[in-house]
Amino acid sequence: MTKLMKRIIPSIGLVVGLLVGSMQVQAEGPELASSGASVRDQASLQRGARLFFDYCVGCHSLKYVRYSRISEDLGLSEQDVMQNLNFTGARFDDPIVSHMPAESATKWFGKDPPDLSLEVSAKGDDWVYNYLNSFYLDPSSPIGWNNTVLPNAAMPFPLAELQGEQTAVMKPGSDEVEKLTLSHPGKMTPAQYQQATRDLTSFLEYASEPAALQRHQYGIWVLLFLVMFTLLAYVLKKEYWKDVH
Amino acid sequence: MANVFTRIGDWVNERTPGLMPMYRAHMTEYYAPKNFNLWYYFGSLAILVLVNQIVTGIFLTMNYNPSAAGAFDSVQYIMRDVEWGWLIRYMHSTGASLFFVVVFLHMFRGIMYGSYKKPRELVWLLGMLIFLVLMAEAFMGYVLPWGNMSFWGAKVIISLFGTIPFIGQTLVEWIMGDFLPADATLNRFFALHVIALPIVLLLLVVLHIAALHEVGSNNPDGVEIKKGPKGNRWDATKPSDGIPFHPYYTLKDLVGVGFFLLIAAFIIFFAPTFGGWFLEHDNSIMANNLVTPAEIKPVWYFTPFYAIVRMIPSFLGSAVWGVLAMFGAIAVLFLLPWFDRGKVKSIRYRGTGYKVGLAVFVLAFFGLGAVGAGITAEVIPEWFGNVDLTTWENLFGRVMTILYFGFFAFLWAYTHFGWEKTKPVPDRVTMHD
Repeated sequence: MTKLMKRIIPSIGLVVGLLVGSMQVQAEGPELASSGASVRDQASLQRGARLFFDYCVGCHSLKYVRYSRISEDLGLSEQDVMQNLNFTGARFDDPIVSHMPAESATKWFGKDPPDLSLEVSAKGDDWVYNYLNSFYLDPSSPIGWNNTVLPNAAMPFPLAELQGEQTAVMKPGSDEVEKLTLSHPGKMTPAQYQQATRDLTSFLEYASEPAALQRHQYGIWVLLFLVMFTLLAYVLKKEYWKDVH
Repeated sequence: MANVFTRIGDWVNERTPGLMPMYRAHMTEYYAPKNFNLWYYFGSLAILVLVNQIVTGIFLTMNYNPSAAGAFDSVQYIMRDVEWGWLIRYMHSTGASLFFVVVFLHMFRGIMYGSYKKPRELVWLLGMLIFLVLMAEAFMGYVLPWGNMSFWGAKVIISLFGTIPFIGQTLVEWIMGDFLPADATLNRFFALHVIALPIVLLLLVVLHIAALHEVGSNNPDGVEIKKGPKGNRWDATKPSDGIPFHPYYTLKDLVGVGFFLLIAAFIIFFAPTFGGWFLEHDNSIMANNLVTPAEIKPVWYFTPFYAIVRMIPSFLGSAVWGVLAMFGAIAVLFLLPWFDRGKVKSIRYRGTGYKVGLAVFVLAFFGLGAVGAGITAEVIPEWFGNVDLTTWENLFGRVMTILYFGFFAFLWAYTHFGWEKTKPVPDRVTMHD
């Protein structure tokens, strides 16, 4: 057994090192604060869903997500979903589609608001979280708002009533934003707002990949089975190989 | 009951007299050297991944829609609405990357222990053909989800053929069936990915194994067990240092399979995108010929070869040289048995020059990978501050390219002019554990 351990421990160390190491390299783009979002936190997902349907679905669709799936995955009853989240009159099994007509959207914002089904997959949870925390008043922008994470974003800031209004402090002698200050508080404290955007990010992360819930649920059992399988295979091999010198 | 099975077995054997002799020749009476080490797991693992790709691939085709309008949606349909679709797709996407991990290690083993040398040149050539077909298979598979990186990756890679003088542009349009990667491209890539190339791949794998079993497996000592003493517990005429493939190596490989599946399952269930290395973020956006991703780069396993294209400057008014160098990087691997004139196979008994050369080759391969994956573009400004990125990246990438090809030139000179000081090779295999 000790010989086995001597071999296994460095191999596991090497594999874990390579896995973690190679995943670290991918950090790219501007420095983003960690979102802290988690699809395993069902309460957070429920609060995030509530925020999404209160503030986002007016413009943004989640065309790959069905109301029924949200009910199933977030532990909400059909009645909950249909009364508190579904404001468009869609059926329970329908995908979540915003009712904003594309032509008017294009007229109002210059572009059609994107579908958010895969937003977290495409941009990352940290990006979404930081984006939602980086709106500031900008009189030079046609919609009155700008964003440090996505400069000249075409999106107005519907969450302003929660966060309040941020203004930009510019770097001296340049038009680069140094930092944002809360010039006019909203309904929430900064900490509450950060939690709210974290919830929203969790919900969008879930929307990007509902299968993540199943993955986490089954993964551990699969790994445990494979550990048993490998051990049995090793013992069997050892027995057969006893006479090979 | 046993009697029934025996009678069924006899019934089959009477009608297929070649079946049992074939089973014996390749399994119970195929004598493999008894001193295989960790590096010898990757051949069987490659077969395991191939089977995984075929089985999961069949289920994916049942729900995938090979059209520019429907492909992207159908992948999301698989991920969300098809029962266990997410698992099938993650097994396929993770399998694709792990296929290359396993094949790279398998090839490195062959290089390290001189398994390409006489009498196994054909085994090596067939293996290289498998690698070539696998690259084509992976490239076309990568286009099928029709994400934005699929689209732009396909556009960039196919455009490489456009650098060929006179016929280039026509060739590019012929490959795509359009002026851009489009519906026609997706349809033909689907056909090639699910039918044509897998058939070729399977045929080549059968030939690769047949060629191997004809000459017998090499081993970490590079000793020919067939030339050693005869007679073992099972057969008086077979090599003393050989053991039956089944059950000895089937069981040993089963342990390797267990370890491998642990790693694969960890990725599938807990990190299926592998931090954007196995499934890229930009592929979560549907193909759009008006929006270019910030950085177009191939999946990790193509990055060393892609870096070579980028590093070779155009001259004489043509950019074809980079493309030639990229194919050259694979062609020199084909010719490895003839570059290496040395008689000693295993790195254990080869000269210091060979060991250093091989280490430099591995370094160059990783260095090129870093260039192709855009790691150098990130790291150079971070480490060296405000320097001219292009100049330094090109310098680094070109040195790595020279080292990559230099390994083959060095290996030839080193062995041809007899500069290599080898150690004595033992008569029999040695057991280390």
